[in-house]
Amino acid sequence: MRFPFWRRSRQEELGEEIESHLRMAAREREERGESSGGAEQAARREFGNAGLVREVTRDQWGWRWLEQLVQDLRYGARTLRNSPGFTAIAVLTLALGIGANTALFSVVNGVLLNPLPFPEPNRLVSVDASKPNFPDGSISYLNFLDWHRLNHSFSFFAVSRSTGYLLTGMGAADELDAVVVTSDFFPMLGIKPVLGRWFTPAEDEIGESNVVAISTDLWRKKFGSAPDVIGRGITLDGKGYTIVGVFPGHFDLPMRYFHSVDIYAPLGEFGNPALNVRAAGLGIHGIARLKPGVTIEQARADMQQVTHYLAKVYPDSDKGTGATLTPLKESIVGKVRSFLLLLLGAVGLVLLIACVNIANLLLARGTGRSREIAVRSALGASAGRLVRQMLTESVLLAVLGGALGLVLASVGTQAALAALPATLPRASEVGIDARVLWFSALLSLGAGILFGLIPAIRTARRSTYETLKEGGRGASGSRHRTQAVLVTVQMAMALVLLAGAGLVIRSLARLWNVDPGFNPDHVVTFNLALAPQMMHAPVAAIRAAYRNFDATIAATPGVEAESLSWGALPMYMEDDTDFWIAGQPRPASDNEMDGMLDYNVGPDYLKAMGIPLLAGRFFSSSDDEHAKGVTVVDEVLARKYFPNGDAIGKVIYQGDQTHAFPFEIIGVVGHVKQWGLDADDKNPLRAEAYFPLMQFPDRVIALMPSGTQVVVRSSGDVPGLTASIRGAISGISKDEVISGVETMHDIIQASLASRRFAVLLLGAFAALALALAGIGLYGVTAYAVGQRTHEMGIRLALGAHPRDVFRLVIGQGLRLALAGLVIGAAAAVILIRLLSSFSQLLYGVGKSDPLTLIAVAVVLLVVALLACYIPARRAMRVDPMVALRYE
Amino acid sequence: MRSRYQNRIELLQGTLDLLILQTLQWGAQHGYGISQAIRARSGDALQVDTGSLYPALHRLERQKWIAAAWKVSENKQRVRVYRLTAAGKRQLLSERSRWEQLSEAIAGILKPARENEA
Repeated sequence: MRFPFWRRSRQEELGEEIESHLRMAAREREERGESSGGAEQAARREFGNAGLVREVTRDQWGWRWLEQLVQDLRYGARTLRNSPGFTAIAVLTLALGIGANTALFSVVNGVLLNPLPFPEPNRLVSVDASKPNFPDGSISYLNFLDWHRLNHSFSFFAVSRSTGYLLTGMGAADELDAVVVTSDFFPMLGIKPVLGRWFTPAEDEIGESNVVAISTDLWRKKFGSAPDVIGRGITLDGKGYTIVGVFPGHFDLPMRYFHSVDIYAPLGEFGNPALNVRAAGLGIHGIARLKPGVTIEQARADMQQVTHYLAKVYPDSDKGTGATLTPLKESIVGKVRSFLLLLLGAVGLVLLIACVNIANLLLARGTGRSREIAVRSALGASAGRLVRQMLTESVLLAVLGGALGLVLASVGTQAALAALPATLPRASEVGIDARVLWFSALLSLGAGILFGLIPAIRTARRSTYETLKEGGRGASGSRHRTQAVLVTVQMAMALVLLAGAGLVIRSLARLWNVDPGFNPDHVVTFNLALAPQMMHAPVAAIRAAYRNFDATIAATPGVEAESLSWGALPMYMEDDTDFWIAGQPRPASDNEMDGMLDYNVGPDYLKAMGIPLLAGRFFSSSDDEHAKGVTVVDEVLARKYFPNGDAIGKVIYQGDQTHAFPFEIIGVVGHVKQWGLDADDKNPLRAEAYFPLMQFPDRVIALMPSGTQVVVRSSGDVPGLTASIRGAISGISKDEVISGVETMHDIIQASLASRRFAVLLLGAFAALALALAGIGLYGVTAYAVGQRTHEMGIRLALGAHPRDVFRLVIGQGLRLALAGLVIGAAAAVILIRLLSSFSQLLYGVGKSDPLTLIAVAVVLLVVALLACYIPARRAMRVDPMVALRYE
Repeated sequence: MRSRYQNRIELLQGTLDLLILQTLQWGAQHGYGISQAIRARSGDALQVDTGSLYPALHRLERQKWIAAAWKVSENKQRVRVYRLTAAGKRQLLSERSRWEQLSEAIAGILKPARENEA
């Protein structure tokens, strides 16, 4: 072993030191009268082997361990090469375990750990308006302006809202995803435009500006990345805008919108007259940058003063309204934290099980190597040295597995994220970085030591004497005990994972059987934007256009029922409004009114959605703008506010302090699970009311052409239904746009997407754990049978029935499995209690659901039986003569 | 061959360290000088093997009980000279008392049994 050049000087020094020793010795001999040549020779003889002295001296320098490590690595590599089967299985098992862990950690790292990709991200906070039972509601624009003006804590404060535009005049009409923002937005985030400029404060004024910034993508697609795009015109919703900037392609703020954004426009461009209503939320949410040195607590106190002041000035709308400040990262990723950590814990358990498997393999292999170990120890290797040698080998295995796992992870993560529904924020930021590499390296090292230590100590401790006594065949009881303990632990861990996955699967199965309150079969929904010229048309013309649309769709072959929908749509869009009951005192402020979900629909909505009518009647086409205001409420509202069952005929006032209209209740319908199959029961806002779309006030009707939702029920599976609807609509006008066609089934599926993802991953982890535990038990049982072939032969020779031998082996395996089951069940009960308090993944199953526990225990037992069966058969077939002849 | 040397180091280790430290207490000395001093003081009874001496010197140096420096001897030779450090002096004291305890204990055992009974 040659070592680095910087050690040469020290080597030379040692050589010189020894030379001087020899010279001094020779000189003394000369002084005593020996001849000079003889003296030198004698001195050298007396000194001994100079090269050897040099080497043993070098051992003292402290670098020896490095040389030994290299030696051990070489030796380990040779040993692994000599047993390719074992090496392949171990490396592959580890690669799966470490790869899965690395993949999940790279997600946790990218989503939870890494700071947001903005300068000084810790100073960014999200700002929402809190209402008495709604901590993160949207901010009204007038309140935002006052908050912006009155606060002392923010260096920047912006609001944004997602919206959409219809792009015309550049080929086929195109629906664009847009976000309207106030002027602080981009400077606050520290984003520079690729071209042009951002918006000025003057452009925040409502209706003052007609400028937009476009995405790099849109710039490329529609303008061929022309450098002179700044100052060019673009027609959105039939109105001319000037492009003032191009924003970078990688910029993506995954807040409430997961889609990529095509257009940013000043908030003043959002043409909703309600911007000037202090009580109107309109889906506007804020982000602010704290001034340097201001903590979030100080900012909260500051905003509390601001909102208290406004509540005094505008009691009608602002009484009870506060500001909620949350660190921006928390508000983006807070919801997925427990979910991701849970998955990381589960995948960690899988790796532990894999480690136990390899530990058992190593233990079994240790027996085969006992001769080698005995020889080495007889030649003077200490136990510590042997342990180090074997640990080096297992760490080498783990590092190989880890390297392969890293490859699997980098491929697998991309595949998993592509398959992932768009519910994971910051998914685009997930990747392999230095921290992931460190994690993977430490994990490999830790795994190697974890699974290598016990076998190494066990193997090294065996005395030479014992091995010789056993003739090198040896099975020592203590090693078998260690294996048994490991298998039991493995079974217990597998049971915990199985129970967790089982509960999550059962929750999902329960949810699939939950009645959503409507019949999703054969229902599609889509967004309809009228031709751009309609956006500035007289209200009567808009109403006529919608009536024409309804008639056209209803006449399309295959369509059974059709309705426009504005406001809330189950599991898809939320909209709520305030109300009070006629005859009861009018609430003093908006915040003291009760809230309800509002669905503004056509007469056929009930039929299209398949919602049952419980009492009274639903709307007819004569409930229009000329008729008396009517409403239909759901059973939840009826029961809560009219407990005597006399809702029909009562009048409610819907709206706010400035605009409220009376509506008479004419019918009661079934409750619809607006908030999803799982979350609806727990949501505080469950009362629902339906209003005839045509009874909307004119100012709201004027907003509809830019986009309403449509629901269509077809008679069974009608092939090409969407195409024939598109065809029917293009018969009216070529400029109308249908977008986002989805079936109601897809919408329900999407509402369960993250749950399905959890089931998929947890199920995969549990299956992997089950397989590994089965292989582990098989390995140990097979090994024990192999060791006891001789004993079995004697038993059979003495007249034991093969059945008894079979039972003996099966019984031993099952004892281990049962011990594991008992320990695992206890651990599972505790862990699942923890799980249900820490995540929303469980639904409709008890905290220690005995049925699931029993079911997974049975599954595990069956696998254990299978794992013992093969070795037990082999034991049964032992030929006594052959077994005995081995002696 | 190497294991023979290593075994001998292990065998002599404690004692040899003590002898080296004790020798250096009388002044700085090079390796050859130390071996000669031990030999002379023991009346030729103890011959320090160079395969034990140099590893011991380098180990003691690593433990900072002795320090080494290159000097030019009276014969105009470059020699590596070792001297006792403050930590080495403390180590010498503790090793000496341990050695004394040990030799007393062994001596007690080796005394004729009758003396013990009496």
